[in-house]
Amino acid sequence: MSLSLQRRRWLWAYAFIAIPLFFFLFVRIGPTFYAFWMSLHRWDPIALDRPYIGLENYRNLGGDEVFWKSLRNTWIYVGVGVPAGLILSLAIALGLQRMIRFTGFFRVLYFLPYVTSLVAVGWVWRWMYMPNGLFNDLLGGIGLGPYAWLGSPDMAIYAIIATTVWQGLGFQIIIFLAGLESIPGDYLEAAALDGAGGWQQFRDVTFPLLNPTLVFLVVTGVISNLQVFTQVRAMSSQGTGGPLNSTISIVLYVYQQAFQALPSKMGYASAMTVVLFAMILAITIVQLKVLSRDTSNE
Amino acid sequence: MSDSLSRPTSMRAQIAAPVADVSTLDEVLSRPHAVAAGRRMNGRRRAAQVLLALILLIGGLGMIFPFVWMVVSSLKKAQDIYTLSLIPPSPTLGNYQEVLQKTSYVRWFVNSIVVATITTASVAFFDSLAGYTLAKFRFPGANIIFILILSTLMVPTEMLVIPWYMMSIELHWTNSYWGIMFPGVISAFGVFLMRQFFMGVPNELIDAARLDGFSEFRIFWKIAMPLVKPALAALCIFTFLGNWNAYIWPLIVIRSEEMRTLPVGIAFFSSESQSSFHLIMAAASLATIPVIIIFIIFQRQIIKGIALAGLKG
Repeated sequence: MSLSLQRRRWLWAYAFIAIPLFFFLFVRIGPTFYAFWMSLHRWDPIALDRPYIGLENYRNLGGDEVFWKSLRNTWIYVGVGVPAGLILSLAIALGLQRMIRFTGFFRVLYFLPYVTSLVAVGWVWRWMYMPNGLFNDLLGGIGLGPYAWLGSPDMAIYAIIATTVWQGLGFQIIIFLAGLESIPGDYLEAAALDGAGGWQQFRDVTFPLLNPTLVFLVVTGVISNLQVFTQVRAMSSQGTGGPLNSTISIVLYVYQQAFQALPSKMGYASAMTVVLFAMILAITIVQLKVLSRDTSNE
Repeated sequence: MSDSLSRPTSMRAQIAAPVADVSTLDEVLSRPHAVAAGRRMNGRRRAAQVLLALILLIGGLGMIFPFVWMVVSSLKKAQDIYTLSLIPPSPTLGNYQEVLQKTSYVRWFVNSIVVATITTASVAFFDSLAGYTLAKFRFPGANIIFILILSTLMVPTEMLVIPWYMMSIELHWTNSYWGIMFPGVISAFGVFLMRQFFMGVPNELIDAARLDGFSEFRIFWKIAMPLVKPALAALCIFTFLGNWNAYIWPLIVIRSEEMRTLPVGIAFFSSESQSSFHLIMAAASLATIPVIIIFIIFQRQIIKGIALAGLKG
């Protein structure tokens, strides 16, 4: 039996793609559907009986104050952390772009936090935020404070956001620098010849042309902040999202319900992850819409 | 045999296409902006440059200050830990000694190396293979497979950890290297990234190799792979870093103290020694300093790699 050349090539392709395809079906796609399935059950992994309860988990979410709190907090992480990170990184990128010397040195300084473990740096920041730690000592020197920082239900979440922004800044700066560099110098020179000042050049030329970079960074920033977990666990009091649940995020609450609660409420936690999935899906769709609109304008 | 592998220079020129992206990116990251460089440096501009450098320097020192403070604190004796001085009054390595004695730090370090290295090698191979197949073969089902793989990018890891945990229990994978690694041994992001770059490999090159009697696998391995090295390096850096710092899944799947990866071990140690910050800072230093050293040595490649992975992915 001889195979045609084309069919032989097909066989090669199937052989090449077989393991990756198998992986995605069983480790990614299957578990996605399984999470939906679990969310419809009362699911304790050590109990033999895992009864189907329909949408009860979702109904219970509605009345769960901690869940609402975690949802609200998560959007604070997103709503404060993403803009703060973008504004800071854009300002620094604009500065770095104008630097003629030492650019490599500066890049190392700003990028360093991005490569280090969030667990370790979370604890370093926690140390600086201690009531008798560095920040209060420094502020005390100029007659301010002491502040409770991570111990204060009003402040703790912003203290954690500051750490998150600090850690992600390097990545955003590098992406902005690449975006800025793709703007033709001619455009800015033309604008300058027309008498546009620095601010006008930025507002009317640089910023609009930076749109694709901005969309990319907003979307990646929103998605990663929706999944905030490590820094909250490292920095909040006892790692539980305190004080008074003021820093608990959706993912931390999922972790607590699935892996720490007794009995474990994996079905309930799965229902929460479905909500998280729905939010990320919505954002991805908006992103695709925005990007396709951009290209159709070109 | 090796003669047929050395490519004529004209072919080299053809293959510059997929690599071009990378060199421009390199320029982006190292070259001062054209506008700034084009202007003459008169007195006012020079003053502005100095001021800008000063502002950026202060900001940059602020960025690395937490690491400085971490190391300084780790060198202080327990009784000095709350002093504000940047120089430890009586510097000691005792905290490091104590952390190394109290914990399985070396074991955790080895675990992290094993997990991150094997995962990265696996991602590099299988993602390239899948990316190449989707870029260069036309076969029934190719589109569906591509969309299937791409769609997994939208599912957050957190949604999958609970099913993975159930799976690990059923298959007795908990508390093993394979249990820690299996969710990451192939990444959809990497498949997508590699496909993008393999699309830039000219078809004529592949057809020529076919005429020379190369097997399809050899074409992939010996002809196509060398052409996407920059993308592959970027993917490897990105994957290694991600796995080295991974926290939530290892935290869930690891049960015993000696199977912990570095982040999980450091997290447990730190929360168990609540107020002994001289020890916690020593542990944090042990976890971050190796990464910082590697980063400083390979900073160009690492920053470029992450920018490339971020931009193309």
